[in-house]
Amino acid sequence: MAMTVHVDVVSAETALFSGLAEVVVVPGEMGELGIYPRHAPLITRIKPGSVRIKLPNQNEEVLIYVSGGMLEVQPGMITILADTAIRGADLDEARSLEAKRAAEEAMKNRTSDMDYAHAQSELAEAVAQLHAIQKLRKQIPH
Amino acid sequence: MAGSKEIRTKIKSVENTRKITRAMEMVAASKMRKAQERMRAARPYAEKIRQVAAHLSRANPEYKHPFLVKREAIKNIGVIIITSDKGLCGGLNTNILRMVVGRMKEWEGQGKGISVCPIGNKGFGFMSRVGARVKSHLTGLGDTPHIEKLIGAVKVMLDAYVAGEIDAIYISYNHFINTMKQEPRMDQLLPLSGENLEATNGPIWDYIYEPDAKVVVDQLLVRYMESLVYNAVTENQASEQSARMVAMKAASDNAKSVIGELKLIYNKARQAAITKEISEIVGGAAAV
Repeated sequence: MAMTVHVDVVSAETALFSGLAEVVVVPGEMGELGIYPRHAPLITRIKPGSVRIKLPNQNEEVLIYVSGGMLEVQPGMITILADTAIRGADLDEARSLEAKRAAEEAMKNRTSDMDYAHAQSELAEAVAQLHAIQKLRKQIPH
Repeated sequence: MAGSKEIRTKIKSVENTRKITRAMEMVAASKMRKAQERMRAARPYAEKIRQVAAHLSRANPEYKHPFLVKREAIKNIGVIIITSDKGLCGGLNTNILRMVVGRMKEWEGQGKGISVCPIGNKGFGFMSRVGARVKSHLTGLGDTPHIEKLIGAVKVMLDAYVAGEIDAIYISYNHFINTMKQEPRMDQLLPLSGENLEATNGPIWDYIYEPDAKVVVDQLLVRYMESLVYNAVTENQASEQSARMVAMKAASDNAKSVIGELKLIYNKARQAAITKEISEIVGGAAAV
């Protein structure tokens, strides 16, 4: 039987693959990487592309598309931390600028510093309402 | 029959309300299951990335990422507050905002500057109403939150941290214990505390880095932060849906008992009218 290595492909939103494999081919940032069992520890970023996982004793390969992420290799374990979103420094920058702009827009109407009295009275009112509802529920016979 | 028509209309309207709350209860129940699944599905990534980050910080003591450096004086604090977009979920948002406002007041008393990053409509509305310093915000995440949407708002906070505008970042969300119980929580996000990254015991070895350690560690830690925020969001959503389910169930039960009471009143009025009519007829017959 061929040697195998445990492979986990996880993304932030879900686990994509977990199991044994004979060889894993990953689109590394510095070029395509074919990783066999007992590979030296390695960590690298990966480019958008497909990860190919060859399952033991089977001819077919599992194909998983990743839009970037990280690859971590330990002798008995391979972990692929996949990104689900298309990432890029400038793309991220654009997103953060957009968020900043939206926040500034929202802050335009801000007149004074944080009004704790207002905040606490508003919350106290909401809590009082909730308590009233709970009391009401206790009164009603079921 | 005085007022019987009014009572009938009232019963009808409460029945309609009950139909709505029942429907919302069932919708929330099904969404809750999905939200819980998403919450569980997001955990392996955070756990893996934590392991790798822990290993990296042990293997590379010479390179200290700003996220790992503890600042001596904490002057400015950033808080990421996760709330729901929609209401009708009991005291969920109130509880978390109350906790956050309490902590903010405490910090303010110590002379610290505070900026917030509300995620979710309720928190954003509240924070802008009371005049908190909103650094970035995010609303309209929907039922299936995507990490893609979080990136911008989180990056603003992380950038501010790296630039030294903020010395610590906290995150507050509703921790999902079970369907009946959710607990508002506030965790420290940055700087990463050492125990968070405690690696399992074993021999230390180092990786081969491609292209180099710094680039890899930087990206990894940013991803780690995002995944922590994403986890908090999914957990808050599971809490939201279960809180809504419970609240709507309570509302349906209340509507049911109100209907019962109204029916009693209605029947009493009906009977009184019949009795009155009979006594009038009897009285009339006696007079003849």
